[in-house]
Amino acid sequence: MSGPTPVDELLSKPVRKKLRLTNVRIASQIFFFGGFILLCWLTWTSRLEGYPVSRILEMDPLVMISTMLSTGYVYRYLGWGLLVLGLTLLAGRVFCNWICPYGTLHQFIGWLFNIHKTKDNFDRNRYLDVYYFKYALLTVFLIMSAMGALQIGLLDPICLMYRSVATVIAPTFDMTVEQIPGVDPLWIDNLKFAPGVSRRVFVGSFWIGLMLLILVGANVYVPRFFCRVLCPLGALLGVVSRFSLFRINRDVHKCTDCDLCLTRCEGAADPQAAVRVSECFSCMNCIDDCPEDALSFSMVGLDTKQVQLKPDVSRRRMLFSGIIGALGYPLIKIHGKNTNENFSPMLIRPPGSVEENEFLEKCIKCDQCINVCPTNVLQPATWAEGGLEGLWTPVMNFDISHCQLKCTLCSEVCPTGSIRKITVEEKLGKGEFVEEGPIVLGTAFFDRGRCLPHAMDIPCVVCEEVCPVSPKAIQTVDEEVKDVFGEITLLNKPFMVPDLCIGCGICQAECPVLDDRAVYVTAVGESRSDERSLLLESRAKSDK
Amino acid sequence: MTDSEDAREGEATPPERPLLENGKPVQKPDYEKGSMGRRSFLGKIGAATGIIGAATYLSKAPEDWPLSMRDDSGHRSEPKITPIRLNDYRIEKSAAASADVGIGRGGTPKQMLRKALDGIGGIERYISPGDIVLVKPNVAFDRAPALGATSQPELIEELVNMLLVDCRAQEVRVADNPIESPADCFMKTGLRAASERAGGRVYLPDSNAFKMLNTPGAKLIEEWWFFHRPFTNVDKVIGVAPVKDHNLCYASMGIKNWYGLLGGRRSQFHQDIHEIVSDLSIMIRPTLTILDGTKILMENGPTGGDPSNVVTGDVVMAALDPVAQDSWAFEHLLKRDPNDLPEYLHKSEEKGSGRVDYTGRIKEIL
Repeated sequence: MSGPTPVDELLSKPVRKKLRLTNVRIASQIFFFGGFILLCWLTWTSRLEGYPVSRILEMDPLVMISTMLSTGYVYRYLGWGLLVLGLTLLAGRVFCNWICPYGTLHQFIGWLFNIHKTKDNFDRNRYLDVYYFKYALLTVFLIMSAMGALQIGLLDPICLMYRSVATVIAPTFDMTVEQIPGVDPLWIDNLKFAPGVSRRVFVGSFWIGLMLLILVGANVYVPRFFCRVLCPLGALLGVVSRFSLFRINRDVHKCTDCDLCLTRCEGAADPQAAVRVSECFSCMNCIDDCPEDALSFSMVGLDTKQVQLKPDVSRRRMLFSGIIGALGYPLIKIHGKNTNENFSPMLIRPPGSVEENEFLEKCIKCDQCINVCPTNVLQPATWAEGGLEGLWTPVMNFDISHCQLKCTLCSEVCPTGSIRKITVEEKLGKGEFVEEGPIVLGTAFFDRGRCLPHAMDIPCVVCEEVCPVSPKAIQTVDEEVKDVFGEITLLNKPFMVPDLCIGCGICQAECPVLDDRAVYVTAVGESRSDERSLLLESRAKSDK
Repeated sequence: MTDSEDAREGEATPPERPLLENGKPVQKPDYEKGSMGRRSFLGKIGAATGIIGAATYLSKAPEDWPLSMRDDSGHRSEPKITPIRLNDYRIEKSAAASADVGIGRGGTPKQMLRKALDGIGGIERYISPGDIVLVKPNVAFDRAPALGATSQPELIEELVNMLLVDCRAQEVRVADNPIESPADCFMKTGLRAASERAGGRVYLPDSNAFKMLNTPGAKLIEEWWFFHRPFTNVDKVIGVAPVKDHNLCYASMGIKNWYGLLGGRRSQFHQDIHEIVSDLSIMIRPTLTILDGTKILMENGPTGGDPSNVVTGDVVMAALDPVAQDSWAFEHLLKRDPNDLPEYLHKSEEKGSGRVDYTGRIKEIL
């Protein structure tokens, strides 16, 4: 080797120590994790000013590929996924340990609770046969996607992370900070994810929280359990990374087989032996830990015998997972929860949603729509509304709130177009959309046995007051009655004009008959589907 | 067996020599039987008695004894909510002001507002320098201002500006508890931007912003949840309301506007709407009530939704007597028959909030 180069002279030893690749990596992780939280914080009506709040989802190549398989097209910004694929072709699975916020969370928790001795960590970080499982999962998910049942959102780390923040972490945080005494509440509003609304609730979010807790808690037993065993995105990048230009290379002449490189190996990529490129997260820890300077992150070609490029999945296992994927599609469809004849009356989709089958081909359950919804009406669907196929997709719960007339935020943030981007004009059927008419979410019905004016001669008609369309879809027949106590009261008895109802649900949300509302909206009549329509023809339109 | 004291001393002098008995080392027993001294015994007994005694006192002492936690009926553990009272924000009418209701007609909204206030003697008469003023617009729905369902942002901006610049108020707060998402309603109606442009602070409600309010004399809301946070340390209160049609109570004007400060299950109040609106007139005794007659919602109220429901007017009103003001607006702005005057106005008069008969108490400035 020649003497010190000018660069070496410039970089004194302490500077060099700070500039270690692992430190750069940590900086990158902090940047992307902070950015992710910032984007979630920006996903709110008063802050969303065209910021690309769903960008990390749109950069997820698994979202791009699986929706491309299920629909045949690439929606709006999903092409950003190519960026991560390109990065992987350049430097392997850097996404997993430099960018992915979920990976960062796992690594941080694993680091925080790692009480093991260095020597024990060697064994915890050795490759295990079970780590093939993520490739099997990926195969199952992709085959199901290609057949038309998109389920990657259940385990895709970015969807999982967005969903957990939207329905668990953000409301928990808000509830906590608003309890801080003695601080100006207007200032606390700046911290909160959802300022200016009463406390948000998310039906069934307990299970989403529990899933997060279990997956993150698993790091205590198996480091990076989710990333190594389950992550379908990691598996996809693992398959791609075999073509990457840069990778960890081991100089066998320098290596003394001390195994110290296993101390903090995040991916269980066997850097002490033939490096498994498909498993390596490019976390660079092994380079730090190697006392002999035998490991380097360098271009291909140093020693091809010292690496294992392909994922360790046998052909039999691939065949098996392929069969399971092919069976998964009929299994999920035969469940029969979401056919045009048998669908839940509570399966009310947000405005702009495409027809239900197409919706299920596109929705990745990231719950960004639920996060941005300013009224809290959007809820993650439970088993009751959508079965497994629709689990955690957005549905409207009008007992909680209603869909605001001039709001299209859910359609703005949806990364996959299951809620197509619409304008207020299109939603209300104004301007150039007069022909199509307004977007109808469902139809409201009266339960006259529970309605105060109808059943009990008590004045009420909150429903009529709040009905937002003009002319109102809830109108009244006014009559004077003498009630049992001899009082003469003017009753406004409400009735429904289905031709005008857009199913926004504000009547149900404001109905004082709380537990089982006297006016309620069901999904039938939704304009996104001809198969689920109610009226042959709107009388309102034919008049004009 | 060694004495425990000796053993401790032995530890202090290393190295410890092996114990010998008959020349052979004797293995130490694994544990040593300790003995409790008198002091230690008494101390432990004393502590135990103290703890048990204190616990017995706390749980068993009669309920009115100090620190007693006893609760035989189960009622003591019920959450106790202490209701608060609101101040009376009215100002003595000065001799110079001849009218109770000022009407400003014609010109820009700013000019109309100025004229209306001049009709009751000018705003400087009612707001002192250094006051904290609360402005309560109607932000009930997420509608564009042109649809007339909410307060007009120009008027709010002008008013906030006037309060801060002309009256030298210390702080102007703008607050409402809309029916729809507060964050969104304040944005879509343009009222957040307008208030903040003029230097006001917008207070949005959240779960902690409400307090139990006691209103003596009110029938339905003697105690009710109230959006109290913006009222903290407030000196003056001004309501700014649009004039709207309302199917159930015929018209929503200056008094009905205060409905937007209620929390809790307020949709129940529609079962007795005239009673609640007249209750509102005594719940808040505002310094001034301003009615915005520049966009009048003539039908399909109170939500509106179509520009055809709205009529453009050229009137802004400012009043010390909200009942007279609503009564005049019902007749002249909504153009309804005064014989159909909403019952709640008569009820408000009965409760002492003002007088329906406005004759001779109005000053109109063109």
